[in-house]
Amino acid sequence: MQSSEQPQLDTFPKYLVRNAEIHAKRPAMRHKDYGVWQSWTWAALFEEIRAYSIGLQLIGVKAGDKVAIVGSNRPRLYWTFAAAQALGAVPVPVYAESVADEMQYVLEHGDVRFAVCQDQEQVDKLLSIGDSLPALQHLLYDEHRGLRDYDHEFLHSIESLQQQGKEALAANPQLHSQWLQGIEAAQGSDLCVMLYTSGTTGRPKGVMLSYDNLLLSSLNGNAFDNLDHKEEIIAYLPLAWVGDHVFSYGQFLTAGYCVCCPESGETIDIDRREIAPTYFFAPPRVFETLLTSIMVRMDDAGKVKGAMFKYFMDVAERCGEKLLNGESVGFVDNLKYKLGNLFVYGPLRNQLGMSRIKVGYTAGEAIGPEIFSFYRSLGINLKQLYGQTEASVYITAQPDGEIYPDTVGKPSIDVELQLTDTGEVLYRSPGVFMGYYKNDEATLSTKTQDGWVHTGDAGFIDDIGHLHIIDRAKDVGKLLDGNMFPPKYIENKLKFFPNIKEVVAFGDQREYTTVMINIDLTSVGNWAERNNIAYASYQELAGHPEVYATIRDHVDQVNKDLSREPRMAGAQIKRFLVLHKELDADDGELTRTQKVRRSFIEERYMPLIEGLYDGSTERFITTEVVFEDGRRGEISANVRIEEMNIYEHPDSVLKESA
Amino acid sequence: MNIGSKMASNIQPGEELLRIENISLSFGGVKALTEVSFDIKRGEVRAIIGPNGAGKSSMLNVINGFYHPQVGEVWYCGQKRKGLKPFQIAHQGIARTFQNIALFKGMSTLDNIMTGRSTHMRANMLSQAIWRGAAEKEEIKNRRFVEEIIDFLEIQSIRKTPVGRLPYGLQKRVELGRALAAEPVLLLLDEPMAGMNVEEKEDMSRFILDVQSEFGTTIAIIEHDMGVVMDISDRLVVLDYGKKIGDGTPEEIRNNQAVIDAYLGVPHE
Repeated sequence: MQSSEQPQLDTFPKYLVRNAEIHAKRPAMRHKDYGVWQSWTWAALFEEIRAYSIGLQLIGVKAGDKVAIVGSNRPRLYWTFAAAQALGAVPVPVYAESVADEMQYVLEHGDVRFAVCQDQEQVDKLLSIGDSLPALQHLLYDEHRGLRDYDHEFLHSIESLQQQGKEALAANPQLHSQWLQGIEAAQGSDLCVMLYTSGTTGRPKGVMLSYDNLLLSSLNGNAFDNLDHKEEIIAYLPLAWVGDHVFSYGQFLTAGYCVCCPESGETIDIDRREIAPTYFFAPPRVFETLLTSIMVRMDDAGKVKGAMFKYFMDVAERCGEKLLNGESVGFVDNLKYKLGNLFVYGPLRNQLGMSRIKVGYTAGEAIGPEIFSFYRSLGINLKQLYGQTEASVYITAQPDGEIYPDTVGKPSIDVELQLTDTGEVLYRSPGVFMGYYKNDEATLSTKTQDGWVHTGDAGFIDDIGHLHIIDRAKDVGKLLDGNMFPPKYIENKLKFFPNIKEVVAFGDQREYTTVMINIDLTSVGNWAERNNIAYASYQELAGHPEVYATIRDHVDQVNKDLSREPRMAGAQIKRFLVLHKELDADDGELTRTQKVRRSFIEERYMPLIEGLYDGSTERFITTEVVFEDGRRGEISANVRIEEMNIYEHPDSVLKESA
Repeated sequence: MNIGSKMASNIQPGEELLRIENISLSFGGVKALTEVSFDIKRGEVRAIIGPNGAGKSSMLNVINGFYHPQVGEVWYCGQKRKGLKPFQIAHQGIARTFQNIALFKGMSTLDNIMTGRSTHMRANMLSQAIWRGAAEKEEIKNRRFVEEIIDFLEIQSIRKTPVGRLPYGLQKRVELGRALAAEPVLLLLDEPMAGMNVEEKEDMSRFILDVQSEFGTTIAIIEHDMGVVMDISDRLVVLDYGKKIGDGTPEEIRNNQAVIDAYLGVPHE
């Protein structure tokens, strides 16, 4: 209605102004606090952000300044994005879990002048590295607890800044229009946000995204799935991750829907159940954990409930997905599914907080076909997408009705795809990033002159135009006998077993494939409890002979699977071991997004890897571990190594299993 | 404002809040405490330490009125205490946690902490039954306070979980929460970190210090982990076989020969 008179909306603050007009009374944001969902309408949100923004102006934030945001999904931290952008400043969200050292690098490299922290923990962290950050001038915080006795000369609470902003506005009504003029002056080509990639190798790189990049991607995302202002989502993924930035900020402002912030990281399951989001995003790990916890609880359920669950889950497995894809099933099955919906699927969806889901996405890693089918068979429209920070998320996504567990979908709106001779995926889209901050070399090696970006992933496009991702292009190796070695492909096959949490496969330039396995404590621990197996620690459980036997079965199953695929048969697992400690991001073994850092692990567990290849049946290892507070300790263990059967002839295996 | 905060209202931080004078307590022929005297100043963390059987828990039981010493006086807020019942002492602003957790196992975390508010509730059984009006208002006000404690202790995720199902470390935290719900002037903690691992102990220490700085609560703590005690307490009193053998700052106690002897034993000559 008014949009025709207005100039085109090309920045996020402009969308905020629009939403405050057209959606004024609709809820924009909720936060669970004191056990109750507190909400803000768009009109209220606008005033909060305006006061905050003017408060920021008062302490000297100006165009071009970098404002770091350190913390979890809390409303005021999201407001910081818009409040800073309204002044032309650039928000730089940082992974809140990062240890001081990692944070120092990002803040220093990003020339950060202001930092907004969630609480005392983050403030302390920044104060501890403050000396080496000469550019850093002011610290802000959201939660005041424990900060009362700190020197408040350069430390401000967000609330106090908002108060100052409100007072300044009341004293000088001109400020409002000046502030709006500042928003009007910004352009779509301006730098909107800097997101540091967590980086499986080397130092993080600052990806510069413009308003155009993010706005077009968000609008395309909205159009692809018909998202509008009626959606409700729950924000629980790291702010510094591009996915959260697009879902909880980009699409939030462009579609005008409501973002709900959970009470804390541990309450997310309860909070999701209360909100029942209509649009949901989660990495496969979340879906796996949820499924594991359902299965664990069903194991403890009474006989009648257990039998009902089993019966109707069989029905769902048979016809649930077909119904979701709009295919027809027999009359009897249809009726059974409807009954199942009443007695099992509905209550289960409610328990998962997925009663109202219009569309759910999973990405980041391959998801187990069974897990994927499980959710779809319950009637949850779960889809896969493939994206990158450098692309403002969207590269490919599965359109409704074209869902397959092993593909990542078709190119998203306005995205072009191309494959190199080596199988690397390249793309070009309006979401393609401006460049890496202060790193032209990396920009040039990633982005070609005519805008194509190297993903670094190897894949292929199938007959129906869907993209399949095999592995990181540089990770696909060769065994000494010339066979292909796709580590992630093997690892994922193993990780689909609920008992296995993490796997690292070795084999590139070696004689045969070996794997190191991390057991899943929830699943294996529950199994141990039910079978009266006593254990005192993770280490003891991991080394238990019965656990080894179970894992051995899983590895054997994967070998059988691999042997059936002509290109992969040579990569069967010859030897394996179960690791005595959980791989942990604090020890540098995983990235902050929980991806395995292969080269680091290779170095750290050298004695074990030697053991895997020199024929020994046991190896002693001592590793240093870092506790949450930064102190160090050591754990050591004797780790057993086991030998596996290799299935040489695929045909005979098929006969055997038939 | 309850009776306790009224009583303590004219005692400034650093001034004496509680004084134990010449307390002797015996059970039949067993002497649990012999002529013990010390004081607790407002706003400090005061630790009571000593080997097993030294009389630490008996001391706490004397302070909160569960035991009545045969000899000696307890002065609280400048008044000499006369034979009060434990609930009357609770009303005076003294709350405690127990060495062996004493929560209502079948009730949720929230309900357990709500019970800590009972000294602040006025509504009688009838108005509770009618509910609308006064009782409702009171419940909302108290629930809000309890939610603040839940937030403070970071136990939102177990708000509705029956405490019997919680791990030990969390139960201890809920118990602290219930004691805090009483808005105590003096908080007595009986081995709040017993049976905890290093990380849980660190969390608990952080909470104790936060309680002191946020609410200005005076804390008397019994704890066996010397590292923790030396770090978080302002002053310590050391008991051995029911007698006081040391009193002072952590630094003084560290160098006190009698304390070292009591803990490490003295060689027989």
